[in-house]
Amino acid sequence: MQIIFEKSVPERHGVSLPCSDVPARHTVAEKYRRKTDAALCELSELDVVRHFTALSRRNYGVDTNFYPLGSCTMKYNPKITEKIAGLTGFSALHPLLPQLRRGGMLTQGALAVLYELEQLLCEILGMDAFTVHPLAGAHGELTGMMLIAAYHRDKGNRKTEILIPDEAHGTNPSSAAIAGFSVRSVPTDPDTGVLDTNTLEAMIGEQTAGIMMTNPNTLGLFNPQIARIAELAHRYDAQLYYDGANLNAILGKFRPGDADFDIVHVNLHKTFATPHGGGGPGAGPVGVRKHLEPFLPVSRITKRTDNTYALNYDFPKSIGYIAPFYGNFAVCLKAYAYILMLGGKGLIEASENAVLNANYVMHSLKNDYHIPYLKTCMHECVVSAKNQMKHGIHAIDIAKALIDRGFHPPTVYFPLIIKETMMIEPTETESKETLDAFIIAMKEIAAAAKETPDALHAAPQTTPVGRLDETKAAKDMDVNFTG
Amino acid sequence: MSYIANTDLQRRQMLATCGVKSIGDLFADIPESLRPRSFRLPQGRSELETFAYFEKLANQNYSHLTCFVGGGFYDHFIPAAVDALVSRSEFYTAYTPYQPELSQGMLQAIYEYQTGICRLTGLDVSNASLYDGGTALYEACQMAVSATGRRKVIMDGGVNPIYRKMLYSYTANLSIEFVETPVVHGQSDRNRVFEALDGRTAAVLLQNPNFFGVIDDHSDIVKKAHELGIIAIQSVYPVALSLLKTPGEQGFDIATGEGQSLGIPLSFGGPYLGFIAAKKALVRKMPGRIVARTVDTAGRSGFVLSLQAREQHIRREKATSNICTNEALCALRAHLYLSLLGREGLKSVAQLCFDKAHYAKERIKTIPGVKVMESSPTFNEFTVKLPIDAGECVGRMVELGFAAGFPLGRYYPGMENYLLVAVTEKRTKYEIGQLAEALEAVTCR
Repeated sequence: MQIIFEKSVPERHGVSLPCSDVPARHTVAEKYRRKTDAALCELSELDVVRHFTALSRRNYGVDTNFYPLGSCTMKYNPKITEKIAGLTGFSALHPLLPQLRRGGMLTQGALAVLYELEQLLCEILGMDAFTVHPLAGAHGELTGMMLIAAYHRDKGNRKTEILIPDEAHGTNPSSAAIAGFSVRSVPTDPDTGVLDTNTLEAMIGEQTAGIMMTNPNTLGLFNPQIARIAELAHRYDAQLYYDGANLNAILGKFRPGDADFDIVHVNLHKTFATPHGGGGPGAGPVGVRKHLEPFLPVSRITKRTDNTYALNYDFPKSIGYIAPFYGNFAVCLKAYAYILMLGGKGLIEASENAVLNANYVMHSLKNDYHIPYLKTCMHECVVSAKNQMKHGIHAIDIAKALIDRGFHPPTVYFPLIIKETMMIEPTETESKETLDAFIIAMKEIAAAAKETPDALHAAPQTTPVGRLDETKAAKDMDVNFTG
Repeated sequence: MSYIANTDLQRRQMLATCGVKSIGDLFADIPESLRPRSFRLPQGRSELETFAYFEKLANQNYSHLTCFVGGGFYDHFIPAAVDALVSRSEFYTAYTPYQPELSQGMLQAIYEYQTGICRLTGLDVSNASLYDGGTALYEACQMAVSATGRRKVIMDGGVNPIYRKMLYSYTANLSIEFVETPVVHGQSDRNRVFEALDGRTAAVLLQNPNFFGVIDDHSDIVKKAHELGIIAIQSVYPVALSLLKTPGEQGFDIATGEGQSLGIPLSFGGPYLGFIAAKKALVRKMPGRIVARTVDTAGRSGFVLSLQAREQHIRREKATSNICTNEALCALRAHLYLSLLGREGLKSVAQLCFDKAHYAKERIKTIPGVKVMESSPTFNEFTVKLPIDAGECVGRMVELGFAAGFPLGRYYPGMENYLLVAVTEKRTKYEIGQLAEALEAVTCR
């Protein structure tokens, strides 16, 4: 398919603009002007519409079919929340309005959304206070690390190190490092698939500023030793961080606050069903317990006694601004609407069905694939292509073969600690029929691995392009069309 | 409201496959002592009830005010085709294109977006998006610190004060030294900037047009910076780039900016779009996703996420940035907007903004006691000195139906009587006249 710039026709116009109704008495002086026009497209509106419609047909979303991408919680995104975010009262609202004098009164509806969402998140996670400012999950992690740094600085603690299990998402060590900490990786116990408290005890010390945990972890396993881990952390005043990437497993079943976690982030786009947008936007609100509340980013929203809402900047210990305004508002709005629609009971059912679906897939595949930890999993299961390796078939081949059978593949080659991993997260919104079709496809592929492995190496065949040359991509670095 | 498909019968069949009796058995790993102490949430509601509730909330917001507030975030026209195409669910219900064969649409769109950003900024490489203009500026700073091994950053007073606050937050734990240089007559104070640049400096940060709407040519600063091995970074307003000298033409190493003005609704502060472009030599220091064109096994052209060895999922604590989820759908909006407006259209938008803002300047300066700051050229935003407190003035203007501008005293102590007024192509001559009349009434009262 041609690049849009190749379709450009000189002097063709797209969208028309109104004629100027003011005199043009001034021009930008020559010394400040660009020498040549930016070579943007010259296309009609229809040209553009056809181009992007064609692009969309070369893409695959949750609405297309099953998308069990582990760790990403690709559940159905209700259409009504898009309509809500499109209401002019929200979409056309300038973020500086509440910063005008008495301006809070100009945005009461928007402030109510954010305040009420923070309250609901406090209850869902068992935390004392929330900020909705972080703009994505990793941004929430960074915010959390900045809170830990501010807390220790305030107490005069000299702590430099964050402990992170080796199965954690790459964003964990990266966020800790970017906030200025050194990172030490804690090995997972190969027998249980979770962090071993004795190993942790040997590594923790006065230098430990915090511990980042994902629970259930990226192997889909809940660590029942979490109370002991919290006790160990707090013995050294290390702050225990809960990565909420896997929150969809435990709604109404476990609250990090009840297990003495000090900080959590939640990925609204995962658990609370806002669309992933082909890579973003997301939102990563951060919750804390009381002792960390003074450090939360500004502004914060307060509810006055007359039930109106106001922005408050008067928090001298705050880490300051981490986003230009009040988070990814439209994402927060959609998540708030989703929580209100489901209600407490609906959220519990979401987790129950997510966990059931994952266990059903895992148990249905156990005769065909190696399951590294064949016990009850949470909202996702990890399956390995170890059995298929002897036929020369790898996880990537299975992924590509799934594409030809109409499915988006699971996450492959993560977590890094298991060989040939496929991490399957079905989510609660998928029906048994869809899961059964996926299971049949996986079984067919397992059979094909033995009988016709070459066919799997050639997959995918049904897509606009086959497997792409990534080495050439990195070498040529054609990242900007210059043709 | 529930979005779960399975029936009780299906759940029973599935539980049998799992070899357990009840759903509760699946949660047996969670110790009883750690079960929620409370989970007091409202009862669910239907779609109909939910929508009615949000309509009520939306109506409480004053989005109907005639908007002259900018400050880096503008009320621009968005063609209907942007909303229509970005609503194709193959785009918006997808995630990061980890499986390129299923994601050629989004990957090609991002490659084209990267190309558009390079053409606007006059630089070689762009990434797939960052969160917003502020985090983009911070990431650019990190690139400079990493590339130079130095830890001092010069920051011009014309850089958006919100971004400057963000930079201080992000670096609080990183021993990076900031030196702020002042603005004189609306532009960067050359003497002070030149004085501050030295062999310990990693980067110099400038903005064009700056927060006061003033346009400048920073070529002289860039030249001096490069003599000392300093990375020059400019934060820019993409609509203005269709007219103004590009960061590339001025010699900048990195350009960043807020892409909200490119077809993204104001939405009370987000989601927005951070863009970043750089000279090719810096590509391996870039944060986030980058899409590259390559070929498949049959020699057909296709697109992949490339240079992933920079990123957190490969490099973990050694990654150039921790970003994972970005603002892909906002980048898609920007690309759609740029494609629909095109070469002439974007210039027309910029020219309309410029002409209307200059008309507003002329109109406002006829008001007795009101002074328009005119020592330096501006684009679509300008500073007005009022005879009264600007915050007070704006408060009264709201009653007359205007968001009249942004009072500068909030971020610049001593400028309590100064108002920053932005004019986009959406404002009409009539509205500008009404604004001026209302301002006159309010300031002379």
